[in-house]
Amino acid sequence: MSGMTYKTQKMVILLSFLFLPVGLLGLFTYYPAVKMIYLSFSNWDGYSETVSWIGGENYKEIFKNPELFGVFLHHIPYVLIGIIQNIFAILFAVILNSKLRGRNLFRVLLFLPFIMNAVAVAFMFQYVFDTSNGSLNALLSFIGIDHVSWLGNESIVNFSLASIGFWKFMGYNMVIYLGALQAIPGDMYEASKIDGANRFQTLWHLTIPNLTKIIQLNMFLTVTGALAIFDLPFVLTKGGPAGASETFLLKTVETAFQFNNFGLASAMSIVLLVLTGLILSLQHVVINKKEG
Amino acid sequence: MKKFDVVHYCKYILLLLAAFTVLFPPYVVLVNAFKGKNESTNPFSLPQSFLNFDNFVQVFQRASMGTAFTNTLVIIAVSLLGNVILGTMTAYALGRFDFRGKKLIMLAFLGATIVPTITTQVVVFSMIKSFGLFNTLGAPIVLFIGADVIQIYIYLQFISNIPYELDESAMMDGASLFRIYRTMIFPLLGPATATLVILKTINIYNEMYIPYLYMPKKDLVVVSTSIMRFAGVNQAEWGYICAAILIIMIPTVLMYLVLQKFIFSGVTSGAVKS
Repeated sequence: MSGMTYKTQKMVILLSFLFLPVGLLGLFTYYPAVKMIYLSFSNWDGYSETVSWIGGENYKEIFKNPELFGVFLHHIPYVLIGIIQNIFAILFAVILNSKLRGRNLFRVLLFLPFIMNAVAVAFMFQYVFDTSNGSLNALLSFIGIDHVSWLGNESIVNFSLASIGFWKFMGYNMVIYLGALQAIPGDMYEASKIDGANRFQTLWHLTIPNLTKIIQLNMFLTVTGALAIFDLPFVLTKGGPAGASETFLLKTVETAFQFNNFGLASAMSIVLLVLTGLILSLQHVVINKKEG
Repeated sequence: MKKFDVVHYCKYILLLLAAFTVLFPPYVVLVNAFKGKNESTNPFSLPQSFLNFDNFVQVFQRASMGTAFTNTLVIIAVSLLGNVILGTMTAYALGRFDFRGKKLIMLAFLGATIVPTITTQVVVFSMIKSFGLFNTLGAPIVLFIGADVIQIYIYLQFISNIPYELDESAMMDGASLFRIYRTMIFPLLGPATATLVILKTINIYNEMYIPYLYMPKKDLVVVSTSIMRFAGVNQAEWGYICAAILIIMIPTVLMYLVLQKFIFSGVTSGAVKS
């Protein structure tokens, strides 16, 4: 290689170093996405040689069939609890950003759930939520609350599942907010003190505004994450009882791998991607409006 | 002598409540993993002995945990090797040179972050089958190397902090660009590699659906799927299930406690930038 000019070397490096990563990106992300758009207009069953075109039928089916579209209602608890989770994450980040004994210990402890194996966490909470032997009901019986069926009651199940997410991700978000807080220069706090601002004024006029960008990013991740919920109901409830904890992605996977309707499943995947894109652009519009 | 400060006490009360919430589920798992069949079903009561490892031995054998850990380690090792090599190469090419189409490639990597992995499986599934990778360890390895882009961001961010003067002075000495990458950039990216290895290890160790979908074969069980299969057959056998949960959780918890500094710096640097 050393015999070439740097210009030639640069060409060789760019081509050879980027060929594989970009190739893999195309092969496993963009080619599937494009092919899904094509398949979403077909009724392909996943193994036939021929793919027959059926126009927009799959999309009509998604928006007309309440069994498919109605599933989005099950995502609302995840969004709500996700928002509450962010509020708690900010609260604890602010607490741990102040002078406090045992700061690092609490940071390590609150972040701990994030690194635990997701499936093991799911089963751990299956035990917490168990109706007859579960620790949550045992705890509640001390204060005289009768046994609740946390995973078996149609109106509660999604809140129970979403609260597992709360338990697992609150500390992770807290650490992210904490990183943003520590990037705020200390002399701004000094100035705020000199101006005679009390603790809550400082929080409201200095800390929160400095977190705006990261709050927006986390809100985006919270909402899109809530749309793409899959693991917890898949492991714990299989969408039950009576389909009450079905999520859109769970339905998509069933449609493809149980009912071999890859055309409809592709259309569902595209709908989810478009929704994610919409939320992203909506956020951009909102942010630009504020700054413009 | 500080004056009595209400807010200060509230902080501690909130922190203790949070600590209780975090530790409550693992505590229950811990005390029940050591209980025999005929011991108290009260989830809070302590076991007769913390030296009763019967459940652990049973679970380890019946859930093929030995095989599961071996497979998981192989997948993690090979995937990480691929990620480190390709990630540093991409970061070197994109972080050190300007060329036409660079913005587009950057955008393509960024766009990939908003695509949920599971949605594309509808198509990727038939691809993996046609590559002959179905029911082999190759399936998750190829996907963990090819369909994930977090390493690109960690490396790109890190490489921008390595002064370009180093490259320039090496070029003055006539070093080839490949040599600069291999002997200078790659070693200097060491701390980023450490962060990446830890975060990716945790990610892959936690991944459930890809192994579940592509490796249904019995001896291709991984850690996440082993507990699913086991719990499916042993419904509500809490002593066993708690032992299984502990066996699976302990490795990453230990790793975390030892290497927490790297993890925190990785998480914050990755997030604050975007």
